[in-house]
Amino acid sequence: MATPPSNPADVAQALSDYGYLPDEGLATAVFLALSLKRPLLLEGEAGVGKTEVAKVLSRWTGGKLIRLQCYEGIDASQAVYDWDYSRQLLHLRAAEATGEAQSLATGALENQLYNERFLLKRALLLAIDHRSEVPPVLLVDEVDRADDEFEAYLLEVLSEYQITIPELGVYSTARPPVVILTSNRTRDVHDALKRRCLYHWVEHPSFEREVRIVRMRAPQVVEPLARQVAAAVEAMRTKNLYKPPGVAETIDWATALGVLGVTELDEATVEATLGAVLKYREDQDRVRQHGGIAEIVKQAFERGLLHD
Amino acid sequence: MNASGEQIAVAFSRLLRLLGLAVPVGSVIGFIEALGVTGLHSHSSVYWAGRCTLVRRPEDIALFDRAFAVFWDRRESGNTDEVIDEVIRIAIATDDGASDDDTDHGEPSDDPTIELRFSAAEVLRKKDFAAYDDTELHLAQELMSRLRFAGPPRASFRLRSARRGRRPDIRATMRSSLRAGGEPIQRKWREPGERMRRLVLLLDVSGSMEPYARGMLRFVHAAVSGRQRVEAFALGTRLTRVTRELSSHDPDRALRQAGERVMDWSGGTRLGDCLHSFNDQWGVRGMARGAIVVILSDGWDRGDPEALAEQMCRLHRIAYRIVWVNPLKVTPGYAPLARGMAAALPYVDHFVEGHSIAAMEELAAVISLDNSKRANETPSRGATDARTAR
Repeated sequence: MATPPSNPADVAQALSDYGYLPDEGLATAVFLALSLKRPLLLEGEAGVGKTEVAKVLSRWTGGKLIRLQCYEGIDASQAVYDWDYSRQLLHLRAAEATGEAQSLATGALENQLYNERFLLKRALLLAIDHRSEVPPVLLVDEVDRADDEFEAYLLEVLSEYQITIPELGVYSTARPPVVILTSNRTRDVHDALKRRCLYHWVEHPSFEREVRIVRMRAPQVVEPLARQVAAAVEAMRTKNLYKPPGVAETIDWATALGVLGVTELDEATVEATLGAVLKYREDQDRVRQHGGIAEIVKQAFERGLLHD
Repeated sequence: MNASGEQIAVAFSRLLRLLGLAVPVGSVIGFIEALGVTGLHSHSSVYWAGRCTLVRRPEDIALFDRAFAVFWDRRESGNTDEVIDEVIRIAIATDDGASDDDTDHGEPSDDPTIELRFSAAEVLRKKDFAAYDDTELHLAQELMSRLRFAGPPRASFRLRSARRGRRPDIRATMRSSLRAGGEPIQRKWREPGERMRRLVLLLDVSGSMEPYARGMLRFVHAAVSGRQRVEAFALGTRLTRVTRELSSHDPDRALRQAGERVMDWSGGTRLGDCLHSFNDQWGVRGMARGAIVVILSDGWDRGDPEALAEQMCRLHRIAYRIVWVNPLKVTPGYAPLARGMAAALPYVDHFVEGHSIAAMEELAAVISLDNSKRANETPSRGATDARTAR
């Protein structure tokens, strides 16, 4: 990123240059996050491209992508820092063997142990203590999976952008990282954390935008097929499925069809490749019953026609 | 950002608050900052600046959109009088609802009253909820608030220190080795900690459940305010999440808020549809995974029993244990004839009564039951047996 963006349209342009087509809302949200230096919380259905936002931001800004995958029970030693105990032990042994231990006071020896070279920096500390010109992009993925306690800690880090390690002191930064949090809404993220963040609910893309996304992410797929695939996925989303296909599935499916050398959808190909787009047996059954596939192919052809 | 811009932003936030959206001051400041960088000249950038900073839940988007249309769009067309009228009307309605209930119930504190309540309590414990009058209901709710229960814990991912184990705790071992001159004489261990399973309560609020739902709602409140990991939903013609409303510690306030939130109180039930939306929006995503799911319903369902069975099957695949509480079960000669009940039963691990406080105590015991295997009262894998029996 040479110059900071001056309006949401710049952000939209830059993101699409780097392979992500945002809608206006997302572009504005990202623009605000960058200008106000606030974390951005993205919520939405699985597979609408929440995580991808952080990746493309990293490619665009040139900041390193630091990813923290949350899970239940995650704690400070996995998210912030840990001491490398085996190396510390080894150091003690080495000090003993060389006789250094005899000449040093206990306090001095202990001080040697709590040195930065025995510190294992994890994602959050790496993002604060980055020491580079370009601030990194910190992706806190699926924050709803972590425990409440961890959320409280995260809030502390994100509001001050500083981390205290009792043995070493305070780490802070003048250039805070770009922070993207994602959540699948398996539970409500705590309000205090939400207040700290900008919030955006990511929707399934519109038909035309999805066609453009497919063309961008699966360039080997020809335009008519891309339109048919987007139309077929759109038809599937109305079928009341357990897991309506997201953009990720659309891209997967289009890529799969491209690899198979398909240039036009037909019933047999849809049947054969259904597993790339619908991942529940019940959903596949639902689409198959009452000639559903033929209907989807028909809709895909009608909707997929180019309106010039 | 000039002063009038800030005033507009604050005024808009106040409108959102009047409509029931929680808008903390920090968010308003965020909104003003955001307007400072996006500017006020473009309709859509003002809209998105507001949505990013003032809205924090997808449910609130529709409300925000309405308020935005009223505030920003109509104002431009010069139609302000009408807007203000509407706002004031809403404000008055809100104030009424909030103020009139606080004065109702005094704190019964003198001794004779307490004694009386205890003797009444014994009678009440066995009495059917449907036969309660209002005072009795109040007393019963008092009794129920004392119920405390915790489901069986499961192994956590997080480790804690232990006397012995298989995972060495190098950190602690090294700490203690410093005392012995770097010799790890005392070895320390770690073991997985324990975590509470999430408890998910689904309360049927349809007309046929009405006499019981009021009593049970208090049970649900006792659960929600007593434990951290509880989620509560109301099932009627549609699904309503009431966890937030019930998390207030003041029970009267919690029940009132929940009552206001549930629009379809005493309507019909479409259990299958409600469970479907629960599974889609919350359950399968993670809320019901490994959780104890308690369904409080009489099983009278206007929808398709097949659909209900399908959703129960989905829920059963991810939940740790499903408890179905049916207040009608106590009736002599009761058989699960309601079509919904019959369809759901094969997927239920515990089928208990829920007509009285005594039954609710039993339910609390069932939830707390700590057996690593599922109960065999209605064997979970006996789905086919139950179906052929029908």
